Amino acid sequence: MSGIPHDHYEPKTGIEKWLHSRLPVVGLMYDTIMIPTPKNLNWWWIWGIVLAFCLVLQIVTGIVLAMHYTPHVDYAFASIEHIMRDVNGGHMLRYIHMNGASLFFFAVYIHLFRGLFYGSYKAPREITWIVGMLIFLMMMGTGFMGYVLPWGQMSFWGATVITGLFGAIPFIGDALQTWLLGGPAVDNYTLNRFFSLHYLLPFVIAALVVVHIWAFHTTGNNNPTGVEVRRGSKEEAEKDTLPFWPYFVIKDLVGLAIVLVIFFAVVGFMPNYFGHPDNYLEANPLVTPAHIVPEWYFLPFYAILRAFTADVWIVMAASWITGGIIDAKFFGVIAMFGSIAVMAIVPWLDTSRVRSGRFRPMFKWWFYLLIIDFIVLMWCGAMPAEPPYSTISLIGSAYWFGYFLVILPILGVIEKPTTPPTTIEEDFNAHYGKPAE
Amino acid sequence: MLKKLSIAAIAALSLSAGGALAAGGEGHVHDVDFSFEGPFGKFDQNQLQRGLQVYTEVCSACHGMRYVPIRTLADEGGPHLPADQVRAYAEQTFEVFDAELDDYRPAKPTDHFPEGGDPNAPDLSLMAKARAGFHGPYGTGINQLFKGMGGPEYIVSILTGYTGEEKEEAGTTYYENTAFPGGWIAMAPPLYGEDVEFADGHSNELHHEAEDLAAFLMWAAEPKMMARKQAGFVGVLMLTLLASLLFLTNKKLWAPVKGKEFNG
Repeated sequence: MSGIPHDHYEPKTGIEKWLHSRLPVVGLMYDTIMIPTPKNLNWWWIWGIVLAFCLVLQIVTGIVLAMHYTPHVDYAFASIEHIMRDVNGGHMLRYIHMNGASLFFFAVYIHLFRGLFYGSYKAPREITWIVGMLIFLMMMGTGFMGYVLPWGQMSFWGATVITGLFGAIPFIGDALQTWLLGGPAVDNYTLNRFFSLHYLLPFVIAALVVVHIWAFHTTGNNNPTGVEVRRGSKEEAEKDTLPFWPYFVIKDLVGLAIVLVIFFAVVGFMPNYFGHPDNYLEANPLVTPAHIVPEWYFLPFYAILRAFTADVWIVMAASWITGGIIDAKFFGVIAMFGSIAVMAIVPWLDTSRVRSGRFRPMFKWWFYLLIIDFIVLMWCGAMPAEPPYSTISLIGSAYWFGYFLVILPILGVIEKPTTPPTTIEEDFNAHYGKPAE
Repeated sequence: MLKKLSIAAIAALSLSAGGALAAGGEGHVHDVDFSFEGPFGKFDQNQLQRGLQVYTEVCSACHGMRYVPIRTLADEGGPHLPADQVRAYAEQTFEVFDAELDDYRPAKPTDHFPEGGDPNAPDLSLMAKARAGFHGPYGTGINQLFKGMGGPEYIVSILTGYTGEEKEEAGTTYYENTAFPGGWIAMAPPLYGEDVEFADGHSNELHHEAEDLAAFLMWAAEPKMMARKQAGFVGVLMLTLLASLLFLTNKKLWAPVKGKEFNG
């Protein structure tokens, strides 16, 4: 797929020509920032910029925090208190970093569900989608390991529970878990490698973000109608698009600034709202907290993990068929990773030829139900694993898989979509009351 | 189109956050109106000084505060004691072990509060943040948006929650307490009322002592709270201004494209 026709960078002065013939970096930047962007993008499209901002924010605050942090079981907790009490501005840095993780995941979930609603994952944007899912996985890894670093009670026990999941894998599980932890249990060696990886992974994410942007700059952005930009000529394309700079940069910055107002209110006035009080107690391998609860952004997947207990018929069936190799614990692990995997392969599960949910009358309702499902699972993840929460978790998990594996493939066949506008220009003009030309 | 999603997102935000905090006790914690609550709440300097007195004369016998440097008692936004008073307090109140001298010596302001005398008594440096009093409704934690996290309230409720009942189990005496998860706590009632004499003549009834102490422990756990709220307030103000200016810029920028006139 060739890009959308547009003006390319032309070096004018001598020095520009000299540089351009040796390293076309200015041209690359020009083409990136001036990319033709569908002019009908709505406010759900600002979250990409928010996410880019989050990544930079986390890297910058994280680098400074690392200057004052000590990755050792005897000093880690105390070094956080040192940051909170003695380092100039340390308490703000730490609270921004801590809540920055929450903002990061909040933004990524909206970004992700936006893609699911408007069919941004569909051809030809599958690579953008898959790279996005890789970024999401990396984020989860980074977030999880970051939460271990303060070495509080939830850090320690969260690490114990989550790395224990890998131990559930048949045959190689124990060896894998030991390899991940660096030893038989969560200890200093675990803290050290988690610190190392927590510092490394954001840069891997940054590289993947470049690939993510590269991919959708090749295909062009999706938009709320799901109708492609006309590419017959530059004139035609210009009727459907506007250059990213200044139109979308400024618009995105409006969105970012509003989001940051709320973010700063959280950091300034209730910085511990998203945290867990137990993490202000130093890790103690001898005392298990009453409830081990992961950070809020992992809760839906944690609920899916815990939903499949040994008394669920599908677990019993799997166990019987595999001769006990797949037990309830391993089934839960498969379900949790599977719940992300089904999202990753959604480009091939959705059979509808219409891209945007705006023109899919039945799809809409199933999609809204998925959002509710996600929130209900989040709530269940925070609740004790007992009735009625275990039953609700199971229904929620069933819907999650049902949506991707059953509903999306069938809907594409039985649903009669409404007619999308022929062009983006038509949609834009209809919205702003301009007569179609 | 996706308005429902935004509502859902907000619901998710509040639900999940509280959900993460839903763990823990079934004890009853009552709300207390502290001066430091809300975006503009401030520590009451006199209350912190009274709380310090309660801690020093009662709690410190068993409980330590090892993350709190004694010098911070002089900090603004805290008890804000004069420097010479802090020095005298350190010297007269605590002895610390000095590794260089290989002996005990009177504490200096640069030392931290020492660890407590009872190894079973938890350190109180962060206690006001390590407990949350409010989890509801339905474990969503939305209450915390209005009442605060409930750490200091938990402390007050524990100190005032003794019923007077005792029981002995495996050689340990437990005291019935309406705020403690499980209902029975190993700590004997530390305050009965009129345990200390406040220099400022403030009431030393039990619930006053408990509230003063809870306020002091909140400061000990979050000494930079006032600076943080100040920074948050400035951040919100400046970003609101920035957002407004960007909004107008955006409106003007897009006006010709949308076929509208800009009268901003």
